[in-house]
Amino acid sequence: MRPLTLRRLFLQCLILVVILLVVVVIAIKFGAVPVSLYALGRDWLRVMLGKSSQISSDYGLVVQNIRLPRIVLGIMVGASLSVAGTSFQALLRNPLADPYVLGVSSGAALGAILALIAEPHLTLPPAFAAMLTPFGAFLGAAATIAGVYFLGRRQGQIDSTTLLLGGVITASFLSAIIMFLMSTITSGNTRGMAFWLMGNLSTSFQKSVYWILAVGFFAATGAIYTTANDLNLLLAGEKEAMHLGVDVPRVRLVVYIAASLLTGLAVSVSGAVGYVGLIVPHVMRLIFGSDHRTLLPTAALGGAIAVVFADTLARTIVAPAELAVGAVTAVVGAPLFIYLLHRRLA
Amino acid sequence: MSSGSALARNPSEPARLGHEIRLAVEQVSYAYSANPAQAPLFTLEATSFQGRSGEIVAILGPNASGKSTLLQLIAGVLQPLSGRILLNGFVTHSLSPRTRAQRIAMVQQESRLLFPARAWEFVLQGRHAHGRSLRFESEDDVLIAKNALVQVGAADLSDRWMDQISGGEKQRVILARALAQQPLLLLLDEPTLHLDIAAQVGLLDALRRLAAENRYTVVIVTHELNLAAEYADSVVLMQRGRCLRVGPPAAIYQRELLEQVFQTQLSVEMRANGRPHVTVLSAT
Repeated sequence: MRPLTLRRLFLQCLILVVILLVVVVIAIKFGAVPVSLYALGRDWLRVMLGKSSQISSDYGLVVQNIRLPRIVLGIMVGASLSVAGTSFQALLRNPLADPYVLGVSSGAALGAILALIAEPHLTLPPAFAAMLTPFGAFLGAAATIAGVYFLGRRQGQIDSTTLLLGGVITASFLSAIIMFLMSTITSGNTRGMAFWLMGNLSTSFQKSVYWILAVGFFAATGAIYTTANDLNLLLAGEKEAMHLGVDVPRVRLVVYIAASLLTGLAVSVSGAVGYVGLIVPHVMRLIFGSDHRTLLPTAALGGAIAVVFADTLARTIVAPAELAVGAVTAVVGAPLFIYLLHRRLA
Repeated sequence: MSSGSALARNPSEPARLGHEIRLAVEQVSYAYSANPAQAPLFTLEATSFQGRSGEIVAILGPNASGKSTLLQLIAGVLQPLSGRILLNGFVTHSLSPRTRAQRIAMVQQESRLLFPARAWEFVLQGRHAHGRSLRFESEDDVLIAKNALVQVGAADLSDRWMDQISGGEKQRVILARALAQQPLLLLLDEPTLHLDIAAQVGLLDALRRLAAENRYTVVIVTHELNLAAEYADSVVLMQRGRCLRVGPPAAIYQRELLEQVFQTQLSVEMRANGRPHVTVLSAT
């Protein structure tokens, strides 16, 4: 018997934090303009010593203004999608659940687009205007998952195959609406169709957006984490969890709202990056086990690592052109999905 | 530390002392309908019985007699249409899920896990209701879980994966999880369903010993006439949502009554130990 201790949890997270830092350095170094590690170290030291004025223009322009914000965005998006995927898998008792596969990301994208279209027509104070897109995406995500949930029910029970099928069809339907909207509406700042459908991290945002992402991520993940033990019991089924003392309706509501919020936040800044919420939780389960007290933080860190790494690939393999980060994650994720589906049906 | 004392509750708790009535099912009825406008698909008519500490009560009846519904009502997860169920004077349905799980443990027919878990992880889940919702297991929890595994004779299964052990072994681990809850009331829904004869007898012997040692009140739902006859102190005989009789097996096991309830020809003989034995006769 080796029950989880705080010390072990901390060590596991520390390993992932170190890996994340390595991946971040790689992501800063590689790109259309290569940055030498030496210059990077020198310039960081200067920032530390408060001598920002001596920083080389390369560093200032490329690293600080372009790559770092993009890396921070990748970290937030990856962590959010991965925690959302973990939560949906536990909530729906389906190991194949993922915001993208279930159409939740498409729903969030549609919500975000509608918010972007509506924004110029509303007179909102700037602080609220920055929150309108993530909020629209959250509503879109929440409505979609509710819809897919009801599509996936047969005789009052969630049927996992029907659920997945319902999700896939919903995703395709919502994507069609997104395409329709993007081709008919030529309002200024709605980004591109490819952005919403495939996802990418190339957009830069105002500082306030990063703060909204960070606060939203920690609030939602914290809320889900308070139910970590309950989620462990829910894996055996709602009835059993109830007999073991889990307040099932409350846990379901908390996780449903928080996971929708995480999906909404991620999609509102990066579009529908797929399969992160599927791949990462499964890899983390293989390494660290399926206890949600470990799984949630390790999945968050793993998601950050995966998306930052995937985005570095997306920026470099066809440089100077760029791939959508969603294309990279899909190349890895879709085969894994098929493998898991096959194993499940076998 | 003896296994009994690790699983015993606070000894000052009066419920542990005598053989007083612990579970009181009072005129409980229930109706299930797919939607409120329709006539109910299933009804449970007013049912009453009692369970004392250390006693095994068997709810006996053929399929669709309302046994499992009655068990869910006792567990407090269904709300009775009328009547009430008291456990040590508290209405089970109005307890919070957490308090309920500290007092009532349920062993279900089957436990299907979404992701693999080891037996000890599974048993530790029984400690969930005894701590704050976000926490790490204490040494006490580990000790109690280990003891629970010892009590059901499954200590050697501790590190095995739940999906790699036999049905009988699994059932013992599930029972260990219920013991780790340190309940007053132990509910079992068809616990012998997928077990071979040896495993059935092993499980029920263990239950009888545990009920005596730890003063649990045990309620078992079953359709196995002879297992109920051999192990139950009291039998609640059910048919199509009606409770026909309540009493010790020797009083309940009358040939005509059982033939009518189970729709088959059988003979009942009284054995030397004072318990009846049923033989099913072929229809010809």
